[in-house]
Amino acid sequence: MKRSILTVSLICATMSASAAEVAPTNVKFTDGAIAESLTGVAGDPVAGREVLGSRSLGNCVACHQVTDLSDVPFHGEIGPMLDGAGSRWSEAELRGIVANAKMMFPESLMPSFYRTDGYTRPGNAFTGEAADSTFGPLLTAQQVEDVVAYLATLKE
Amino acid sequence: MKRTGRITGLIGAAALLAGAAFAGPVDDTLVVNEEIEIITRTAAPAHLSDALDEVLSGWHFRNDDTRSMQADDFDNPGMIFVENAMTAWETAEGTEGKSCASCHGDAAESMKGVRAVYPKWNETAGEVRTLEMQVNACRTERMGAEKWKYGGDDMVNMTALLASVSRGMPINVAIDGPAQATWEMGKEMYYTRYGQLELSCANCHEQNYGNMIRADHLSQGQINGFPTYRLKNTKLNGAHNRFKGCIRDTRAETFAEGSPEFIALELYVASRGNGLSVEGPSVRN
Ligand code: HEC
Ligand code: HEC
Repeated sequence: MKRSILTVSLICATMSASAAEVAPTNVKFTDGAIAESLTGVAGDPVAGREVLGSRSLGNCVACHQVTDLSDVPFHGEIGPMLDGAGSRWSEAELRGIVANAKMMFPESLMPSFYRTDGYTRPGNAFTGEAADSTFGPLLTAQQVEDVVAYLATLKE
Repeated sequence: MKRTGRITGLIGAAALLAGAAFAGPVDDTLVVNEEIEIITRTAAPAHLSDALDEVLSGWHFRNDDTRSMQADDFDNPGMIFVENAMTAWETAEGTEGKSCASCHGDAAESMKGVRAVYPKWNETAGEVRTLEMQVNACRTERMGAEKWKYGGDDMVNMTALLASVSRGMPINVAIDGPAQATWEMGKEMYYTRYGQLELSCANCHEQNYGNMIRADHLSQGQINGFPTYRLKNTKLNGAHNRFKGCIRDTRAETFAEGSPEFIALELYVASRGNGLSVEGPSVRN
């Protein structure tokens, strides 16, 4: 009962954000890639760059080095260097990798940034408490599009 | 097309891994007070041989200043808390009018070697006990005193005293017999990918030790140095406190200090360090 109310309100929120937005549970992958935009709105590479470098957003540099982000201190060494990622991968592949890297690279260490189910003891952000009704994907659909637009600029 | 893309990506990753060797463990040796030789790297215990060749103390992953602070008790801020615990050791508390010393005499003699074999199966209680649990058992059962809070200052100080008198001795926790089920549970936890970031202890501390994760230099996450004095919060921290933080950082619902889950995890993580010296109180950032 409670759950159905929640679902309805979530659907409403999604509708109001954008009629075309794909919910995290409805994303269609083909060979690890997502062909269609999650929002229908073109990604903004400047906003995407911000997501990669910011601790409170994607924090991608915790694991990856990116030469273009050298103004942001401390890049990690867990994943591959992202320079040239826009030459190595198509936009659809980049969208798939960011949304759920495990579809492209099984068992990957990379977190799924647009997924809401299948977690073990999901928490409420970094509080150490259990997730509550505010639980959502790590990035919004538009932030994923922004990140993809930025990664596409990282040419060899 | 796609295949080349992946191969290039993989080559990039391999180059990074090779490059990361520079950030890897520092080649150095630790002798405390010019007298206690600490084994900070040694062959991995048999149960771990399919995962690691060598086990390394977290000491190897800290910078020069932090490492040298641990080489002399006058420079090690953790030793101040050991002194506090020495006072507590001699102080009678509870309905029986006894102190730790009433039963155990000089800690430097009677407690030598104890830290190295905990967590340990307790036959009478029929449970795996951490050192903290044993301290509280003495307090409630023998002293008639109140339990100390599991991760509280009194407790962590006392475990620092107990560790300090075993420094240099190799960790040697038993993982078979009645402790085995608990050990298995801890092992399963070690490889569980918790939280929304889906990262296990092994993802960071087995697959990526030596690498940087943002500004942090990943160690093997060994607990032979606990409790650790952390420059970050300028106090002693117990192992369960560290586990709690590491699981929280995966955006997970974490576990409580002293919980059955962390007791099991402690036994398992301790066993990964079998052969390394007891080092506590160590200094970390
Ligand atoms: C916890 C570590 C981690 C985080 C955080 C992380 N990644 Fe990754 N990423 C990886 C790993 C490891 C790989 C290599 C693929 C694999 O698992 O085999 C990878 C692969 C990739 C690739 C393909 C690399 C190539 O050049 O071939 C891209 C693109 C990428 N990540 C982008 C991102 C972006 C964008 C973010 C943040 C929104 C991010 N990653 C966050 C670990 C991470
Ligand atoms: C997202 C990465 C990550 C995960 C997952 C993680 N840790 Fe850590 N851990 C760290 C970092 C960073 C540090 C501080 C640097 C270091 O010593 O490795 C640390 C430190 C530690 C230390 C202190 C080591 C010392 O010498 O002081 C222990 C013990 C530890 N972790 C155990 C664990 C255990 C057990 C788990 C799983 C329950 C775990 N960690 C999961 C990142 C992680």
